[in-house]
Amino acid sequence: MRLKIIIVLTILTGITGSPSITIRPEVELVDNKQRISEQQNLVTETDEVVEDVMATGELNPNHYPAQRAAKVVQHYINTLYGSPFKVFHLHRVHSGNAEDVADSGRKYQLEISVQEMISNTSGKCSAEVFFSRGDKQHSPQVQVMCEELLKINTTKEEDAFYQHLKKNTSLLSAEYLPDSHGHIEPDMKPLWHLASVASSFIMLNESTQDTLFNMAQVANVTQLATESDQLKFEYLILLHEMVSQEIIRWKLLVSWCPPEGVKVLQMEKLPHCHECEKPPNTN
Amino acid sequence: MSLIKAMEDMFLENPQCDVSTPVDVRVPVHTLQPVKRYLDSRNLQYSIMIEDLQVMLDEEQEEMDSVARDAEPRSTDAFDYGRYHTLNEIYSFQDMLVAENPNLVSKMVIGQSYQGRPLNVLKFSTGGTKRPAIWIDTGIHSREWVTQASGTWFAKKIVSDYGRDPALTAILNRMDIFLEIVTNPDGYYYTHNSNRMWRKTRKPNPGSNCVGVDPNRNWDAGFGGAGASGNPCSETYRGPRAHSESEVKSIVDFVKSHGNMKAFISIHSYSQMLLYPYGYTRTPVKDQTELHNLAKKAITDLASLYGTRYRYGSIINTIYQASGGTIDWTYNQGIKYSYTFELRDTGRYGFILPANQIIPTAKETWLALMALMTHTNNNPY
Repeated sequence: MRLKIIIVLTILTGITGSPSITIRPEVELVDNKQRISEQQNLVTETDEVVEDVMATGELNPNHYPAQRAAKVVQHYINTLYGSPFKVFHLHRVHSGNAEDVADSGRKYQLEISVQEMISNTSGKCSAEVFFSRGDKQHSPQVQVMCEELLKINTTKEEDAFYQHLKKNTSLLSAEYLPDSHGHIEPDMKPLWHLASVASSFIMLNESTQDTLFNMAQVANVTQLATESDQLKFEYLILLHEMVSQEIIRWKLLVSWCPPEGVKVLQMEKLPHCHECEKPPNTN
Repeated sequence: MSLIKAMEDMFLENPQCDVSTPVDVRVPVHTLQPVKRYLDSRNLQYSIMIEDLQVMLDEEQEEMDSVARDAEPRSTDAFDYGRYHTLNEIYSFQDMLVAENPNLVSKMVIGQSYQGRPLNVLKFSTGGTKRPAIWIDTGIHSREWVTQASGTWFAKKIVSDYGRDPALTAILNRMDIFLEIVTNPDGYYYTHNSNRMWRKTRKPNPGSNCVGVDPNRNWDAGFGGAGASGNPCSETYRGPRAHSESEVKSIVDFVKSHGNMKAFISIHSYSQMLLYPYGYTRTPVKDQTELHNLAKKAITDLASLYGTRYRYGSIINTIYQASGGTIDWTYNQGIKYSYTFELRDTGRYGFILPANQIIPTAKETWLALMALMTHTNNNPY
């Protein structure tokens, strides 16, 4: 390459008769040496393989197929164990495996770490996720086994919060949790956590191999009066689906009391809001 | 003056229909005496709520002006980097930064948004002509607020570190840095005033109720293929043709006419990833090995600050198939070091990241940017 440049430049010099072109091969040599040594400083390995999304066998834990399946496990764990004081989040995928099951679907086996966000503790889980294929689109089926993580004791906080709301003569309501700036009033955090858990039921139901759901925001929440022991709330929740990048609105009727846990009594997907106007944030 | 004339000039603030409800009346000064005499003569009860309305208005205006003055920072040192700012606040910041650092920073307007807002790019340069350059953009998707906020912090970081940090000084002594902080200003304004979750541009689509094009599906790389939508109502609508959006076309024109861009870094949120091309095809890029290893170094440096874990890899393997993406186009233009970031977090707060995470996010991301920029500077091509 260098030789070619020299030849070209010489010809040009000949034609124009201009002495202004300077060739400095010594400088180029130095640059090359620098370049080679720089690359040697980087570990020359490629763990990046072109992965077919329908790959069978061992999965790259950093790629999206294992990640999407693992997110489903997060939603499942929250539906079983979540509360206004206990919310789980996928922390890491350690390893994954996938295989087709006859014509009926695809099964993932995963080793993951999950974090409980309020106590800030994490632990490992082994899970299996089955996505069904074909005409009957069921929600994914999950089995999971976790370390002591799930036994975190939040009875005191839950009872205190429950009693506080039961005694309160006025009904709670709030909008935009968090607000545009990511802020949530401390008093409102349990309602935000409750929304995360309730959303997990929807996100679990709606998940496929082509989706990844997170709760984006609680648009509003209103506590409803009840005769029973349950506390009841009506939520308008915004979910974010990563692959389509859509914001999906759901109206949920949620009940909770410490012994019974979180239940979604009614759910309604609201139509896409193309020009959702909201009042300017008061901050 | 006659009473009838006086009555014409009075102004009923809250007209009432029934006789028992009080009425508020604003009385111009020239009718004050006749009105008082009339009310007294008829034994109509009144009380003075405001002696002099103008005085009250003047005092209120003065108070509002002084609050406004206190709210606007007077220098980039007084700017609160740990808060989310409005579009106008960021525009003011840009002008202040240039004014404070005239020998290092200049502002270029590379085009206009659909609604006519300036597309501002800050140029950090220590001289030369058309030096090899690094491009960084934030805020191409307007709801990703931590990115514009980080871009603002990066701008200040560059001017603070030049002449103090040897690594950055070495880069700026040979290369220029271009930084577009609000790449989608119409969208950003809309997220403040109407819909916090707005992603796209704000250009109407003929024949549809739905507004906007996804500026990260509008580039001429795999345009029209799988990984973008042809539906104007979709969040990933590619637009009627490649580069149809002025926000995108302005960058395309700038990069082409500059001709010496060596790195191109487009910053998004959320997911905590560092990605390289391609998004539109599974075919690996020619420079796969180098880009992969450099990404690994960059995210290792990022994690060194707070332990924040990032995944890395090609777009299509790591996150999803996406066609018409920014860095696929820039890579195909020959800009080898083309990367996309997805900043904090991994979904707990998502787009609405608490403001107290802005500075930690910016600081850790800066370490990754420094790794990319240093490698670019040390490996000319």
